[in-house]
Amino acid sequence: MRERLYGKLGDRIFIAALVTLGGAVMFIAALMAWELWSGGAKAFRTFGFWGFVFGREWNVITGQFGAWPFLVGTVITSAVALALAFLPSLAAAIAIAEYAPRWLGEVIAYLVDLLAALPSVVYGLWGIFVLVPLVRDRVEQPLFLWSAEHAPALMGLLGPPTGIGMLSAVLVLALMIVPYASSLARDAIRLVPREQREAMYALGATRWEVVRRVVLPYARGGIFAGVILALARALGETMAVTMLIGNGHQLPYSVFGPAATMASVIANEFTEAEGGLQLASLLAVGFLLFLLSLVVNFAADWILRRMSVGEGHE
Amino acid sequence: MNLRRRYLRDRLMVGLVYLGTSVVLLPLLLIIGYVFVKGVGALNWDFFTKPPAPPGEGGGGMLPAIVGTFIIDLMALAMGGLLGLGGGVLMAEYPEHPLNRPLRMVANVLGGIPAILMGLFAFVVVVLPMGGFSAFSGSVALAILMIPIIMRSTEEVLKLLPWELREAGLALGLPRWRVTLSLILPAAKGGIVTGLLLALARAAGEAAPLLFTAFGNQFLSFDPLGPMDSLPLKIYVYAISPYEDWIQQAWGAALLLALMLMLTNFIARRAMRRR
Amino acid sequence: MKKPVLVVLALTLGMALAQSVSLNGAGATFPYPLYAKYFDAYQKLTGVRVNYQSIGSGGGIRQLFAQTVHFGASDAPLSDEKIAEFEQKFGTQVIHVPTALGAVVPSYNLPGVTQPLNFSGPVLADIFLGKIKKWNDPALAELNPGVKLPALPITVVHRSDGSGTTYIWTEYLAKVSPEWKAKVGVGKSVSWPTGLGGKGNEGVAGLVRQVPGAIGYNELIYALQNKIAYGAVQNRAGKFVLADLASVRAAAELKDFPADTRVSITDTPAPEGYPIASFTWILVYRDLDKDKAVKSRAEAEALARLLDWVIHDGQRYNEALHYAALPEVAVKVSEANLAGLRYHNEPLNQK
Repeated sequence: MRERLYGKLGDRIFIAALVTLGGAVMFIAALMAWELWSGGAKAFRTFGFWGFVFGREWNVITGQFGAWPFLVGTVITSAVALALAFLPSLAAAIAIAEYAPRWLGEVIAYLVDLLAALPSVVYGLWGIFVLVPLVRDRVEQPLFLWSAEHAPALMGLLGPPTGIGMLSAVLVLALMIVPYASSLARDAIRLVPREQREAMYALGATRWEVVRRVVLPYARGGIFAGVILALARALGETMAVTMLIGNGHQLPYSVFGPAATMASVIANEFTEAEGGLQLASLLAVGFLLFLLSLVVNFAADWILRRMSVGEGHE
Repeated sequence: MNLRRRYLRDRLMVGLVYLGTSVVLLPLLLIIGYVFVKGVGALNWDFFTKPPAPPGEGGGGMLPAIVGTFIIDLMALAMGGLLGLGGGVLMAEYPEHPLNRPLRMVANVLGGIPAILMGLFAFVVVVLPMGGFSAFSGSVALAILMIPIIMRSTEEVLKLLPWELREAGLALGLPRWRVTLSLILPAAKGGIVTGLLLALARAAGEAAPLLFTAFGNQFLSFDPLGPMDSLPLKIYVYAISPYEDWIQQAWGAALLLALMLMLTNFIARRAMRRR
Repeated sequence: MKKPVLVVLALTLGMALAQSVSLNGAGATFPYPLYAKYFDAYQKLTGVRVNYQSIGSGGGIRQLFAQTVHFGASDAPLSDEKIAEFEQKFGTQVIHVPTALGAVVPSYNLPGVTQPLNFSGPVLADIFLGKIKKWNDPALAELNPGVKLPALPITVVHRSDGSGTTYIWTEYLAKVSPEWKAKVGVGKSVSWPTGLGGKGNEGVAGLVRQVPGAIGYNELIYALQNKIAYGAVQNRAGKFVLADLASVRAAAELKDFPADTRVSITDTPAPEGYPIASFTWILVYRDLDKDKAVKSRAEAEALARLLDWVIHDGQRYNEALHYAALPEVAVKVSEANLAGLRYHNEPLNQK
């Protein structure tokens, strides 16, 4: 009996426990999707599902609600933030795990993780009082003046150089998601077997070549998982973005001009919505964000599997 | 490719890597410096030992919020940690299990839901059935926030351990569960703790999910089934108030929160290296 | 001989009960600092713990409907539809108890201009509609003779979050501008024709400070406490009035005050009144037993006593925190409303 409990039966109990825990997570997610769906049902009924998705107007007074501008805003900000954050976070991970001496690596790792520890509202406040004037005076105004002189066609694309808008929001968002991308990449790089590196060095490779040919390919899975985690964070980030993005509800968006995201419209209106169609529409936006997240992840999953086809590890 | 060019490129890449790192670290230091300058003036004895005071009177502190933050976050870490670790281990150690792919998808999707909706969810499934705001409902909301981070980081770290480690254990006649608990988890504890800390840091700064759940309380409370205060909530309501002394306290609370997380992070790292 | 003993007994008993009572309230952010002061003072006075959390007016109303709080708080009165919904759902009425007055001021950032600018309602509406685009527009110049207005473009800044402040602001603009009424309307969040959105008072103030040529709107308290430049507004009597406690209170001195206290005082006829002001309210069930959050008669009594205290003794805390106190007429009407509070059909004694 003891033997069995230790062996086969133990395995079965263990996996049953894991499946229960994993199942609970899935149950929570399903319940949440259901809550959002049923809460938003009134909006979907009123405007039709696609009517709501592609509706361009969001007007509490007239009771017209459509999610399209927020959907576009979310996709653009998240994608650009991720693009901006990717190389620096990878660089930080490489520095920590490969290049820096141990103590320095520790310090950098510690600091990068610290980025995740600051409350979102702090990023927002710092953004308003430090980043916005900097971006406005050093980036937006010179660019705007230059384009006014040399390329007037660009001006509409750039938008008003007030410092509040898409550019500032994206910069802060990129900074906020760095620790998520970087920490997984760092762990992945650290766990690359020493033999792999040593074999390469023995062949006379430089450090960069080792990183390039061995470390990065081996750690690809972890790096990619980090990117997905960071992307999820970007999609759902609320407070800092809301404070910096200018919250304009109109399409089309411009580089410097105001925009809005799905999370920001929820944060803006959720606490003051008294109920009815407005609250339903906010929950419907939440449901769409859930769907968007799902679609993005399916795409990522697909890319990941294509990437690992024909190459050994995993 | 000749040797000199290869070395040159190597040097260049080292420079670029450090440049990329400083691009990340510079703003961080700026922000921390900013929070420190703004917040350090608020940190005094009263701040840690007194309940909040009305605006304009000076004095008053964050004791209920500090205590509440500990209680709410620890409960959340316990719940989120259990679920997240369970899911992560399942995905990494039993790659053949059919639950894995949907589970991974779900974890990623949960990560993209704005925190305020987690609060709404906890409001509907905990607060309404239980008939009132509670610290526990706030913990539930934060736990859901933590799950995807813990789950993904656990999975990734475990997956990166060489299969030989597991094979060695199995070869010794250990059952799979023993291999996982006694070999794999200890070997990966560094990465797992990083994930837990990241999740904790993420959740500890969120006010939105607590508004409709833990609710806040200007009186000191230890009752997990009653309304309880929390630092992010205080930051949220004080930062938007018109009064200088409250705004000052909000910065103090932000600094304290960051310091607390820094310390947790530091202690956890030290503890890991010791063993 | 017996009577005084009984009274003393009842009093001590009441005190003992009150000691253990704690009440929960939720809602508007605007009066939160004032309520923090009220309830701090009230706890020292009576031992009753009142836990008030600012989760937003809409949140407060939702909690009142969800019956998780003893009272809600809102910067805007319930709409007629909401009241009908309430009465139909719970079989009782909702009572609005005004507690204080607030005002909204046009705040701006105009480098080089030091004296407060003059605005009129229609001009403010045109600015926020995007029709007046420059600071040296003739319409503005006419209101401000002798002020050298720069040729700076106007950047409109508005609240991005739903807010009672926006409600007051748009309600005023709709009263003075038919175009505003038709194109934008009145609400806690509206579809703005132009401008940048900042989250919260501090968001708007932050943007106004950061963008030269910006104009926004802020609560008077916020502008005062944070030394933000704001202008005077022409009232219906034609006078340019700067918002302060006296002019806000003057705006609320109405001759016929409605019994349910749901009254708009924007564009006030009072000659000395500031035209963009409003009450803020606490909301309770008239039949307190119908609110599941009220668990005992003792709680109902404590709540009734608290509200009575707020509209009388509590008022003296208002001005120190820059909230205008209730005018006499509003107190009188509220006394009558509070006398109607009941628990299982029995009136609640308030003294």
